[in-house]
Amino acid sequence: MARMNVNPTRMELRRLKTRLKTATRGHKLLKDKSDETIRRFMLYVKENKALRKEIEEEVSRALRLFMLASAVTTEQVMEEAVAMPGYSVKIETGKNNVMGVDVPTLKVTESEQKELYPYSFASVSAELDGSISNLSKLMPKLIRLAEVEKTCNMLADEIEKNRRRVNALEYVMIPQITETIKYITMKLDENERAGTIRLMKVKSMLENQKS
Amino acid sequence: MLNDKIAVIGDKDSVLAFKAVGADVYPVNGEDEASETLKKLARSYPVIFITEEIAKKIRETTERYNARPYPAVIPIPGASGSTGYGMKLISKNVEKALGTDILEKK
Repeated sequence: MARMNVNPTRMELRRLKTRLKTATRGHKLLKDKSDETIRRFMLYVKENKALRKEIEEEVSRALRLFMLASAVTTEQVMEEAVAMPGYSVKIETGKNNVMGVDVPTLKVTESEQKELYPYSFASVSAELDGSISNLSKLMPKLIRLAEVEKTCNMLADEIEKNRRRVNALEYVMIPQITETIKYITMKLDENERAGTIRLMKVKSMLENQKS
Repeated sequence: MLNDKIAVIGDKDSVLAFKAVGADVYPVNGEDEASETLKKLARSYPVIFITEEIAKKIRETTERYNARPYPAVIPIPGASGSTGYGMKLISKNVEKALGTDILEKK
């Protein structure tokens, strides 16, 4: 690893030593952070996978029923039937902090549940009832999926970023500083030795002159 | 600003059912229309569900919202069933975070 371009002085050495200390400390902290983030991420991902599997099945089933229902009635009747939903899902949004990442929290507040089926039973087929009741039961789960999946997304991003920082410290910064410290120490030692030798030389020259 | 509702984007057949359960639905055809709609909705809805087929096509637009807490853009299966796109995205995430997908076999 290339050393930095600095003057080999005591002051520089001191400065670099503090920097090395900071870098090592930062590296350790970031590594700990990355470990913990990954642990949390794994928990979320497992939940995400399970939820998604369940939801994909159920949404597909509900939509299939809906297709069946729309197959036996005309398009207009269908659109009319669902045009004025008597049921609405409201969600409360918030923010949660997971390992320094702001992730969303979503809470369902089902409001004004007047009537799940906002149409006349005479005009549409029974499959529509099934489809809609399935879907409305699924809604809280879908919201939970949204929350978990978003969290996973953001944590994955954060883990990747963090890993880059850790690697930059571990493989660039720290070796570079260590190398430079070594270079400065060697240079200083060399200067010291040169000084001693010079003194010895001068002394012997003086003694030669005297005699 | 954000409201408290849910938006669903997708082809007409898949999306109509969600209207009955109180979500706001936006039927679209074509990629351009879909990504335009998404961009518009992203400003006001906290949660946007997109059918997998369309999400796959406008991937660039959906990925733009990955780094922000809101909106959550989530693919769901459409009327023709699941294409596995949503699951693939989860695996992608794991791969991005850990280097390999260690959950693959489970």
